[in-house]
Amino acid sequence: MLEFPRWKKIWLWAITLAVMLAAVPSLLSTTSIRWPDALPSPTVNLGLDLAGGSHILLEAEASQVRAQRLENMEEAVRNAMRSAEPRIRIGDVSTADGQLSFMLDDSGDIDRARELLTPLMNGQGLTREWELTLVDTSRVVLSPTQDGLEQAVTDAMDSATEVVRKRIDELGTREPTIIRQGDTRIVVQVPGLQDPDQLKELLGQTAKLEFKMVDETALPSDVEQGIAPPGSQIFPYAAGSAQEGLSVAVRRLGGIRGDSLIGAQQSFDPQTNEPVVTIQFDQQGGQRFAQLSTQNVGKLFAIILDGEVLSTPSFNEPILGGSAQISGSFTVDSANALAISLRSGALPVDLAVVEERTVGPDLGADSIRSGLLAMAIGSIAVIGLMVATYGRFGIYATAALVINVIMILGIMAVMNTTLTLPGIAGFVLTVGAAVDANVLINERIREERKRGRRVIAAVENGYREASRAIYDANVTNFIAGVLLFLFGSGPIRGFAVVLIIGLFTSVFTAVTLTRLWVAGWLRKARPSELYV
Amino acid sequence: MKLLKLVPDDTNIKFLKWRVPFYVVSLLLMAASWALVFTNGLNYGVDFAGGQEIRATFVGEETAPVPEVRQTLTAIEGVGDPVVQRFGEPNEISIRVKLPPEAEGDKEFADRLTREITAALRDDHPQVRIDGVDSVSGKVSGEFRETALYALLAAMIAISIYIWVRFEWQFGVGAMFALVHDVSLTLGMFALFQLEFSLQIIAAILAIIGYSLNDTIVVYDRIRENLKKFRKMPIPELLDLSVNETLARTVMTSLTLLIALLPLLLFGPASLFGLVAAITLGIFVGTYSSVYMAAPILIWLGVDSDSFVPQESEADVQDRKARGQA
Repeated sequence: MLEFPRWKKIWLWAITLAVMLAAVPSLLSTTSIRWPDALPSPTVNLGLDLAGGSHILLEAEASQVRAQRLENMEEAVRNAMRSAEPRIRIGDVSTADGQLSFMLDDSGDIDRARELLTPLMNGQGLTREWELTLVDTSRVVLSPTQDGLEQAVTDAMDSATEVVRKRIDELGTREPTIIRQGDTRIVVQVPGLQDPDQLKELLGQTAKLEFKMVDETALPSDVEQGIAPPGSQIFPYAAGSAQEGLSVAVRRLGGIRGDSLIGAQQSFDPQTNEPVVTIQFDQQGGQRFAQLSTQNVGKLFAIILDGEVLSTPSFNEPILGGSAQISGSFTVDSANALAISLRSGALPVDLAVVEERTVGPDLGADSIRSGLLAMAIGSIAVIGLMVATYGRFGIYATAALVINVIMILGIMAVMNTTLTLPGIAGFVLTVGAAVDANVLINERIREERKRGRRVIAAVENGYREASRAIYDANVTNFIAGVLLFLFGSGPIRGFAVVLIIGLFTSVFTAVTLTRLWVAGWLRKARPSELYV
Repeated sequence: MKLLKLVPDDTNIKFLKWRVPFYVVSLLLMAASWALVFTNGLNYGVDFAGGQEIRATFVGEETAPVPEVRQTLTAIEGVGDPVVQRFGEPNEISIRVKLPPEAEGDKEFADRLTREITAALRDDHPQVRIDGVDSVSGKVSGEFRETALYALLAAMIAISIYIWVRFEWQFGVGAMFALVHDVSLTLGMFALFQLEFSLQIIAAILAIIGYSLNDTIVVYDRIRENLKKFRKMPIPELLDLSVNETLARTVMTSLTLLIALLPLLLFGPASLFGLVAAITLGIFVGTYSSVYMAAPILIWLGVDSDSFVPQESEADVQDRKARGQA
C-alpha cells in the first residue's frame, strides 16, 4: 500500500506538474506578466456573468416555415399549370389544414398535371417532400410529408443562423458565439456588449424587402376600411414614417423582391440630404428593376420592408443602372442598420428574443473580486483548521488542497471550459469538500492507532479503509454533477463543470498524492509515534 | 505539539434512543414543508416565472430613488406589481417583474417589457447605469421548471440505485428517504421565507444532495463494516457505535465546509447569496438526516448481521446436498 516504485513516483509528479502548468497562463492573465507567445497558452474562459456581455436566445416559429412553404408551393403550382402547353385550367386553390388543394377544371388533365407536379414534390436528394392524393377524380391534394417539413425547418434555421452571424459580424463586436440549439433556437453570446438593444433590433428585423406598384385605382375610403380592389392587397405604413397610421393598396403581382441584392449602403439623398439606403441589384434583378421602372414612369411604387410600407416614391425616369435608393424617414443609425440587414440577406423566419441575460463589465469585475476574496479567506480558514487538527497530516492535506485548486484551473484551461459566477461557488464548495477525503483518512488513522496498531499498519489501514467510502461518495456526487450539467444552462453548467473536475482532482490529490508524501516521510523518518 | 480535537475520543452518544421522536418531528416537518409549498407556493424568480430582473446603479446619486422608480414602473402596462429593492450599495437597485399569466404564450412579451422598463429608467434618470438584465419568456421559463423537476428526480433515483447496488436495498431506501427529507425541508424553507427560487437554487439542491450523501455513505460504510465485524451485536447498538465512530469526521467535514462558505456568504457577490445560503442551510439539514434519518430507518427495514454475508445460491445448495449424499 505504501510502496511507491520510482517509475510510479515520476509518473505521478509528471501528471501533477503538467496539469498545474496548464493553469499558469490563466493565472497570469490577471497580472501584467506576459506568458511567452511561442508556448501554447490554454486559458480558462470567463463566462459572460464575470466578463460582462450579452446572452440572447432567439426562437423561430416552425409553423411560419410551414406557411411559407405552402405559399411557395402555391406559386409553383400556379406557374406550372399556367406554363403548360396547352394550359391546364384550375379552380380555387385552398391552403387550409396545412395542405394545398385545387380542382382541375377538366379531370382529363390529371395525368399531365401529375407529370408537371412530380418534380416539384421532391426535395434535394431522394427525400419526398410532398404527397399527392386525388379526391373524386378531379381534386388534387398536396400534403407535406413529415420528413420534408423537418428538413425545411432545419434548412431555414441553418440559413437563419448564417444571416444572424453575418449581421453580428457587421456590428464589429469581439468574438461572438452563435450556436444553433435544439430545433428552432439560436444562442447568441457577445462578450463585452453591455447594451444589447442595437443587437436585438438588428436581429429582430427580417429584412424582407419588396417593391410593388401602388394601386392608384383604389378608393381612399375603401383602403381606410381595409377593402382592397381585386388583385391588390393593403399594407400599413411603417411606424415612424411620414404617413404613420395610414395604409396603402398595392398590386400583388408584378413587383420585385429584394433577394437579388448584391449590396446596400447607408448614404444621403443628394437633394434633401436625408439619410437613405442605396442598394445594388445583381444582373437579373437590375434588369427586372429597369423593366419595371420603364413601364411605370410617373407612377407610384411602394417600398415594403417586413410587411410595412417605408415610403411610396414615384419612378421619375427609367432606372437602368441596377441600383436604387430607399427613402423613408431614416436616421443615420436606422439607415445603417437596414443596410446591414439587407446586405446580410433576409431571415427565412422571424426570430423572437425569448431569453436575455446581460451583465455589465463593472458588475462582473466586482463579482470576480469579491468571489476571489471570499475564496482566499475561506481557504486560509480551512487550512488553519486542518493544520491545527491533524498537524503534519494537515499540512499534507493543505498542500494537496492548493495543488487541487490549481489542477482544476489547469484542466479547465486545457478543456477550454468557462468559469462562471456559480463556478466560483463551485470552487469554494470544492475547497470545503476536498479536505473531506483527508479528514476521513486521518480520522481512520487515529482510530487504528488507538486500537493499538503499529504506525505503518495504522497508516496503511487508514488509507485502505477510508478509500471505500471516498470512492462511493464521489461516484454519487458525480451522478449529481452530471445531471446538473445536463439540465443546467449557461452559468449553472459552469458550477457543474467545476464540481465534476473537482471530484477527480480531489481524489487524486487527497488520496494519491498525500499517500505518496506520507509514504516518503514514513520511510525516511521511521517514526515510532504518530501525531495525527 | 498538541493537536486540536473537536470531538473527544470514544464518544458514546445514544443517538438512536430518540429515534422515534426524531422521526415523528422530521416527518411532521416534511409534511409541513409540502403543505407550505402547496399553500404559500414558491417565490419563483425570473428563471421559473418568466419576466425580468434588472439591476441598475444610479451613478452620482447617494441613494437610489426606490419609491420613485416603483411609481414610474407601475405606469407601464403589464408590469403589474414590481419588486424594487436595494441591492448591494445604497445607490444600486434590483427590479423584478414577473410575467403576468396571460403573457405565458406571448414569446416577445418579456423582451418588450425589458425595453420599456430600461427606456423609462433612462428617461427619468439619464445617469442610470444598467448593470444587468435577465429576461426570460414564458415558454423558456416553463421549460426550466420542467427540466429542473426532472433533474432532481433523476438525481435522487440514480443515486439511490447506485447505493442499492453497492450496499443492500435497505440502504438504497434509506438514502432515498434522507434525500427526500433534505429536498423537502429545503423547499419548505424557501416556501416559508419566500426566498427567491431560481435555477441557482436547483444547483444548490443538487449540490446538497451530493454532499448529504457523502455523510450518509460514510456512516453506511461503517455500518457495513461493523455488521461484518460484530455479528452478535444488536442492531440499534451497532448503529449507534457506527455513528459515534464516524462522528469526528462528520463534525470536521461539516465545519470545514461551513468555514469555506461563510466568507462567501458575507463578502461574496450579492448575486451568489441565494446559492450559497441554500447550500449552507443544506449542510445542516444533510448532516442531521444522515445521522437521524438514514441510519435509524435501517432498523425498521430489517437490516441484520446476515445482510452482507454472501447468500448461498440454489446451485450451491444442490451441490452441497449432492456431496452430502455421496
